[in-house]
Amino acid sequence: MTIDNQAGKKLSDMPDESGHFGQYGGIFVPETLMEPLNELKQAYIHYFQDAEFLAELDSDLANYVGRPSPLYFAERWSRELGGAKIYLKREDLNHTGAHKVNNTVGQMLLAKRMGKTRIIAETGAGQHGVATATVAARLGLECVVYMGAEDIQRQSLNVYRMKLLGARVVSVESGSRTLKDALNEAMRDWVTNIDNTFYIIGTAAGPHPYPAMVRDFQAVIGREAKQQIMAHEGRLPDALVACIGGGSNAIGLFYPFVDDMDVSMYGVEAAGHGLETGEHAAPLCAGKPGVLHGNRTYLMEDRHGQIIPTHSVSAGLDYPGVGPEHSWLKDIGRANYVSVTDDEALKGFHDLTLTEGIMPALESSHAIAYVTKLAPTMDKEQIIIMNLSGRGDKDIHTVATIDGIEF
Amino acid sequence: MSRIKSCFAQLKENNKKALVPYVAAGDPNPEITLDLMHAMVKSGADIIELGVPFSDPMADGPVIQKASERALIYGTSLIDVLDIIKSFRETNNETPVVLMGYLNPIEVLGYENFAEAAHQAGVDGVLTVDIPPEEAQSYIPALRKFDLDPIFLLSPTTTKERMKLICQYASGFIYYVAVKGVTGTSALDTDEVAQRLEIIKEVTDLPVGVGFGIKNAETAAAIGRVAEAVVVGSALVSLVEHNAHAYSNAEGNEKIIKEISQVLLSMRSALDAYTHDT
Ligand SMILES: Cc1ncc(COP(=O)(O)O)c(C=O)c1O
Repeated sequence: MTIDNQAGKKLSDMPDESGHFGQYGGIFVPETLMEPLNELKQAYIHYFQDAEFLAELDSDLANYVGRPSPLYFAERWSRELGGAKIYLKREDLNHTGAHKVNNTVGQMLLAKRMGKTRIIAETGAGQHGVATATVAARLGLECVVYMGAEDIQRQSLNVYRMKLLGARVVSVESGSRTLKDALNEAMRDWVTNIDNTFYIIGTAAGPHPYPAMVRDFQAVIGREAKQQIMAHEGRLPDALVACIGGGSNAIGLFYPFVDDMDVSMYGVEAAGHGLETGEHAAPLCAGKPGVLHGNRTYLMEDRHGQIIPTHSVSAGLDYPGVGPEHSWLKDIGRANYVSVTDDEALKGFHDLTLTEGIMPALESSHAIAYVTKLAPTMDKEQIIIMNLSGRGDKDIHTVATIDGIEF
Repeated sequence: MSRIKSCFAQLKENNKKALVPYVAAGDPNPEITLDLMHAMVKSGADIIELGVPFSDPMADGPVIQKASERALIYGTSLIDVLDIIKSFRETNNETPVVLMGYLNPIEVLGYENFAEAAHQAGVDGVLTVDIPPEEAQSYIPALRKFDLDPIFLLSPTTTKERMKLICQYASGFIYYVAVKGVTGTSALDTDEVAQRLEIIKEVTDLPVGVGFGIKNAETAAAIGRVAEAVVVGSALVSLVEHNAHAYSNAEGNEKIIKEISQVLLSMRSALDAYTHDT
């Protein structure tokens, strides 16, 4: 692999000061948000060098989230696939059941230090909404979660969880009434209430500093995985695999390995009904660069630049954009982006449940489906680390409905 | 001299302020827009701001969001909007037209291609809500190359230092967003706007337009006392919404045009009366 390293810069040095990963990222927002984003950037830079802040973050991650999460050798599954040894990074065991909470715990600590009293978030599957409502409850802060009307229908269990946690869930009726519209609505709220409000974005997307900041909060996944694989195997893995919605669990795993050029990285997008049908959520595999939600990145758009509807069986991957760092890693050839269909992901869900007794989220099931293809092409001595980004409890209803089962 | 520049020069000479209506192109159907533009000029509009429909209008409140959605039902694209302006120019060569929209439809065309097409269609200024000057290193030169004025927003959160930066790149006029919030917000505070405008005037000689939250003739007149231009958007677009039952027929279009014209006429006379007082 040949990658131009400019003047001794490491890949992990990105983004640049203005939030660019090559041509991607940046800050594309209405003027009213420029100053609040600048304040956020200053706070992020300051507190990531502040020992007290980092100690509080570590303590919360250990005692509230339950970190470190195990790196589990999926022995039976590896044997069945007959190739590489597969390790699962068990983010599903975190408090609230997914990696999302690593980020909300971190951003909430920043919100507290910045003196913000009101928290807002967007959510698709409801996982990020739940993780946000959870940390807001813990601090007793007002919390408003924007969720597309379509998603409220699909994810009623998580809507109720958020309400139990004291959050107000606002149904977004505009546009396609899904995650992208919830993000627009959260931005509109933020523009209107910037004085007291902190916007916790749930993935490594949005305007700078969000992509870098969310990555840095999620990078605990990769840092732990690196230590753990050294302890288990005494060497780095050959490949990393993670699913990609906005890209936060993937970049969290990838980032601490990005300068280790012998470690291959695979991000798995949702091919939905198949890339050829147009009904998917795979901007890196089948989209084009454009500007949405504050950054330049790969998008799903029509020839006039309008954002087009997406489809995935998993609500958490149902997003027409992707974090800008992934767009850059794709273009420079450092990471590979692939896709699996709804059907393949569903098979992955059942496979892992039956062979390892671990019921994965449908998002994570996309990574599983790709590992099922990748592992057999590798040697028995080779190692894959897959990010098991969340647990499947929230999806049991969806899976049952697809399997024709009614409760 | 650009149309925008000569428009403001002439207004100043006559001691008048610019009335700048905003409507979304293609709302509620593509047929209405050309007639509406001419009607607005007749009713006292000095500059027309034409919204380019976008699927994800992040800076807009519900009224203009829905306008975008209505226009997109007919697939009104940026190219379609330029075609409408081309037709407008067949009989009107004076009234400046400013496009207001989001970056992605422009990205798809490419900045230079877009700027050339816009120039040929007779566009005078371009206000792209989601591109701050920091990201505009190739966008601004592309507009300038084709004599288009890059219009930028200043907001209540813009520091004086940023104002300087932004005004350095802007031409035509400066657009001051009168409230923290999205388009269509109600609570505009005239005194506060006046104070902010004083600061803006220290930074730039460009004319300043004020928008977001101007709902009626009275507010328009009050703002006209302190700014060179008054931008009215949601108050007009909501008249389209109220005629929802009549969408996409000629009768409905006539009604919409009539109602918008009436509001503009009342704003025009309030604006003129008020500014002549001072
Ligand atoms: C379990 C799980 N994995 C993955 C995702 C996708 O998000 P990201 O790509 O930011 O990790 C989600 C989003 O809701 C999720 O709930």
